[in-house]
Amino acid sequence: MSISIRGLSKAFDGHPVLNDVTLEIPEGELVALLGPSGCGKTTLLRIIAGLEMPDAGEVLHGGEDVSARSARERNVGLVFQHYALFRHMTVEENVAFALRVRRRPRAEVSARVAELLRLVQLDGHRTRYPHQLSGGQRQRVALARALATEPRILLLDEPFGALDARVRQELRRWLRRLHDELHVTSVFVTHDQEEAFEVSDRVVLMNAGRIEQVGSPAQVFEEPASPFVMRFLGAVNVFHGRVDGDRAYVNDLEFAAPGAAGRAPAHVYVRPHELDVHRAAAPGSFAARVERLVPLGGAVRVELSAPTYGRGAVEAELDLRKSEALGLAPGDRVWLSPRRVRVFTPTPEELDSLTASEL
Amino acid sequence: MSRLSRATEALALDGPTEPLLARAKREPARPTPGATTGGARPGSRPRRPDEDPPAVRWALVGFALLFLAAFVVLPASVVLVEALRGGVALWWKALVDADALSAVKLTLLVAAISVPLNALFGLAAAWSITRFRYRGKHVLLSLIDLPFGVSPVISGMITVLLFGAQGWLGPWLVAHGYKVVFAVPGIVVATVFVTFPFVARELIPFMQTQGAEEEEAALVLGASGWQILTRVTLPNVKWSLLYGVILCNARAMGEFGAVSVVSGHIRGVTNTISLHVEILYNEYAFQAAFAVASLLFLVAIATLGAKQALEWRQRAALRAAAQRNVL
Repeated sequence: MSISIRGLSKAFDGHPVLNDVTLEIPEGELVALLGPSGCGKTTLLRIIAGLEMPDAGEVLHGGEDVSARSARERNVGLVFQHYALFRHMTVEENVAFALRVRRRPRAEVSARVAELLRLVQLDGHRTRYPHQLSGGQRQRVALARALATEPRILLLDEPFGALDARVRQELRRWLRRLHDELHVTSVFVTHDQEEAFEVSDRVVLMNAGRIEQVGSPAQVFEEPASPFVMRFLGAVNVFHGRVDGDRAYVNDLEFAAPGAAGRAPAHVYVRPHELDVHRAAAPGSFAARVERLVPLGGAVRVELSAPTYGRGAVEAELDLRKSEALGLAPGDRVWLSPRRVRVFTPTPEELDSLTASEL
Repeated sequence: MSRLSRATEALALDGPTEPLLARAKREPARPTPGATTGGARPGSRPRRPDEDPPAVRWALVGFALLFLAAFVVLPASVVLVEALRGGVALWWKALVDADALSAVKLTLLVAAISVPLNALFGLAAAWSITRFRYRGKHVLLSLIDLPFGVSPVISGMITVLLFGAQGWLGPWLVAHGYKVVFAVPGIVVATVFVTFPFVARELIPFMQTQGAEEEEAALVLGASGWQILTRVTLPNVKWSLLYGVILCNARAMGEFGAVSVVSGHIRGVTNTISLHVEILYNEYAFQAAFAVASLLFLVAIATLGAKQALEWRQRAALRAAAQRNVL
């Protein structure tokens, strides 16, 4: 079932949490709501579920306006960050809850529960209580419980947030496989970029109650629509410069800046892995000094200083082979050339609040 | 502070001190270089860094014990000794006296009406305060505490002022043939007023720490309000609720001040146990007074026992929860 959100606004005690949010989620897609804490992503999820009422705007499930319907009547599956299992009920009773409150026949309930527990690979734990299960198992029970009534929309609120790294990794893959099997329209909230990229078909980036960008993981990473998206999705170097027509300049370096117009101050963003390091001056490069080398397993992070290009550290990331070939050591003088840049012309406030040295 | 958070705190304290104690036991005091010159007696246990000097500890423990003896053990023993001074037969005779029996019946009746009422009210108040956002919540919270802050005599006076013959509602009630003040309804009203915070005060912190997630989950899963209450909320709060009910009951049975004002002290009709004790005492029937008082004493012991049992249960549950978090 598709989900449409139109002009949604919500404030808590006068503090705006969502600001005119509009979003389309097609049937069968797995979408991640990604953003820093307090960006409104959980509130948006709870409004879709019917647990919060929006101040303005409407929510459509499968083209039908459900704004006036309570959570009880929306038949969505919801998985909470802290599982919210009924602690006084066994695994089986938890999963059966939605069917029992609907007074379904006993035989049907037990058949469905058995099927769901097989699906989440917990058939052997049916008589256990939630406190006797591990975090990963509890979250799987929560998922089975949410799927009991075959909802056509599944909502997950930071489903893996409370789990340790290894279990989280496993559950992510498992969730993706499950989605590929069931094809239920799913929305999950996360603040973890890696998680969003690994699991979802599309990512919705949110910031301060607004949607910044919607796109596939590759799209939002390669073509960030705003400085926020650029910064939120991984490390970034920022250089202060200016644009003039469709060219951007930082000191004497010149870059293409398609889409820019006129003359204005500009921020030029370069990702660490898109910054080449050379032993000798090359065209389009600038001098820097190696300060520190941080091994990251398959790659090496090089921290450099380039005083004329901002007071802060500049970061480059090299793969191990490249770094070995260069044989860098702290104190070495090198030249850096950006392979790829993104240019944004900041608003006056951004210029004031945000300087390269602070990053 | 709620009982629950106190128990959690106790657990948190248990954690770090246990290994310390264990270590102190395992390692017999070795004469350290400092010990020979420092004046510590050989063989004495080394003092933990957070431990007070023995003199201070003994003084504090001694004071606490003395205080308990003077204000709890002594009066309690006096009640029992005086009650049984004339032998068990006399004690029993004082209890089966017609007026005493009617006082017991009235006390049970009042408790049987006011405790369920307050359990219901406490549950509703706790539910509304912990599960909804609205203006004036803090005012409601303070109002719930009002009976704790007001002298029970004042509570009784309020009842009289409202329902008495010269009160606001009195004339109307009298005209319609209802008698509230100096009758059982007045006693119930006064008792309800004095005891209503107990259940709510017990439930609110508990329901606050539990959060509303399970109820939200039930709602999304399609449960109706009634189903959520009976299948999720009540099973979760039942021990807290029972605890509040026990405290509420103890207070309802022992209430004196408010009831004294509204009852009118009609023997065999509007006397509760505590009022009956007072009357007997004023008539110099000391043995009978203490015999009846010993009933209230038994209620107190039973309350204490039930309270302790519930606390053990809760602590065990918390310990299990803590262990789970470690694993």
